[in-house]
Amino acid sequence: MTAEEWTAVRLSLLVATTATLASLPFGIAIAWLLARGRFWGKSVLDTVVHLPLILPPVVTGYLLLLSFGRRGPIGSFLADEFGIVFSFRWTGAALACAIMGFPLMVRAVRLSIEAVDRRLEAAAGTLGASPLWVFATVTLPLCLPGIIAGAILAFAKSMGEFGATITFVSNIPGETQTLPSLIYTLTQVPGGDAAAMRLTLVSIAISMVALLGSELLARRIGSRRQTA
Amino acid sequence: MSLEVDVEHARGGFQLRARFTASPGLTALFGRSGSGKTSIVDIVGGLIRPARGRVVVDGQVLVDTERRVFVPAHRRRIGYVFQDSRLFPHLSVRHNLLYGRWFARGNGGAAGDLGTVVDLLGIGHLLDRQPDSLSGGEKQRVAIGRALLARPLLVLMDEPLASLDETRRAEILPYIERLRDEAGVPILYVSHSVAEVARLATTVVIMAEGKVTAVGPVLDTLPLADAGDGGSVLDATIHRHDEAFALSLLTTAAGELQVPRLNAPAGAHVRAYIRARDVMLSLRPPEEISALNVLAGRVAAVTPISGAQADVRLDCNGALLMARLTLKSVERLALAPGRPVYAVIKSVSFERT
Repeated sequence: MTAEEWTAVRLSLLVATTATLASLPFGIAIAWLLARGRFWGKSVLDTVVHLPLILPPVVTGYLLLLSFGRRGPIGSFLADEFGIVFSFRWTGAALACAIMGFPLMVRAVRLSIEAVDRRLEAAAGTLGASPLWVFATVTLPLCLPGIIAGAILAFAKSMGEFGATITFVSNIPGETQTLPSLIYTLTQVPGGDAAAMRLTLVSIAISMVALLGSELLARRIGSRRQTA
Repeated sequence: MSLEVDVEHARGGFQLRARFTASPGLTALFGRSGSGKTSIVDIVGGLIRPARGRVVVDGQVLVDTERRVFVPAHRRRIGYVFQDSRLFPHLSVRHNLLYGRWFARGNGGAAGDLGTVVDLLGIGHLLDRQPDSLSGGEKQRVAIGRALLARPLLVLMDEPLASLDETRRAEILPYIERLRDEAGVPILYVSHSVAEVARLATTVVIMAEGKVTAVGPVLDTLPLADAGDGGSVLDATIHRHDEAFALSLLTTAAGELQVPRLNAPAGAHVRAYIRARDVMLSLRPPEEISALNVLAGRVAAVTPISGAQADVRLDCNGALLMARLTLKSVERLALAPGRPVYAVIKSVSFERT
């Protein structure tokens, strides 16, 4: 593999990992709100969270460009106040991937929170645990398999994200050229077929390792709960 | 410890309106299912917010709807043993037990030491197991220990034996007795089993259709329960064992009783529960009958309970005994308050309570 290809693989892993880890706390919080909250506008929130799943990725990318771009309202505020810049940076690619993977993550976590036996939470309350402690010591550990599944889904989605990323942060080698972007570029030039095929195999390998890893992790948690 | 409950609550079409005061020891909430017992413990434990009323434990106001006081469950220091033990499946038995203790650190309160509680409940060999691998009886013992280690001011038990078979029940009852007598933690105990209440309770609160119908010491109050199979409780001491016939001789206020050999030493204190339907009445001392137990007494009251039957309350030397007869027998024997009678009890009818 060429240096350019390695760079794209490394960048993709960095973007996907950052996107997954950074969106996880938000994903759990929103999932909890949707699973347990009773408030006005809950269905609106639910719809907004799912929007990236049904919108064309290019539309999501363009909306990100409008709001998080250098001249966008959120983008300019973050750049001026905190020096955080998303446009045409790898951080922007991570943001786009996080947004695209968010509905998948929230869905998996929400289902697992809904499956937690609320009577166990009530029992923890009678033992002196405040609602926050109940969440940290009972709810969260019990829905860990769902959280892992959600994180893996988001990671896999990030590895493959193309449309929103390329629209928002373009396709700059070494900065925003992720694996799918490079494959796309290679298929556009004559003689790039061999390299595109190599990267396709790498892409398949990474996805399978991630999936197998999550299976093993989920099984270990399950078995620890049963025996030990 | 004192517990004052005076609450009103509606749930669906069900109306709960209860008022009682409980003293130290084990207070049993007794009644059929659907009589509102669980709603009461849920209100005391803070799992339900009542529509109106007050709950006070040891002078500490936990609920007062008029003054808008509602202490959340986790600040009440009231332990709760649920019917379905509710152990945390992701924690070992040891960590289940220690869960509440961490939150209770700095609090005073009864029975805080892991070793003591583990010994009291006989669960030392289970500490490193996961809850899934425990039997129903073991789970309930761990659940009781977990509630105790949170240093509660009061422990609620909602039919803790209901999901267990007869053998497992017998396995746990002694531990609850020890808890009542040794740990000194006041207990509010929900049950619809006369045998459990007769054996465990100090005070009984009888409930029917969302209302408290009677409150008082177990010996006087339990016979008043409309429990389908009414009965009475006698406080008894084991006088001696008759090994030849495998019988135990009991001394009670009402007289001497012979029951199948009890598994307790002479001098031990037991309670005998006698179902009203297992008591026959005779106007003359019966002779040459197979029943071993005949107690002399006087009719205290006759209460018709249906078109065909009546409950006859007897005063046997100060102790209360209930007999359920047909109205025809009541008329034939001319049973009326003050009439001396002999109560015939089949020895097999004693519940080993």
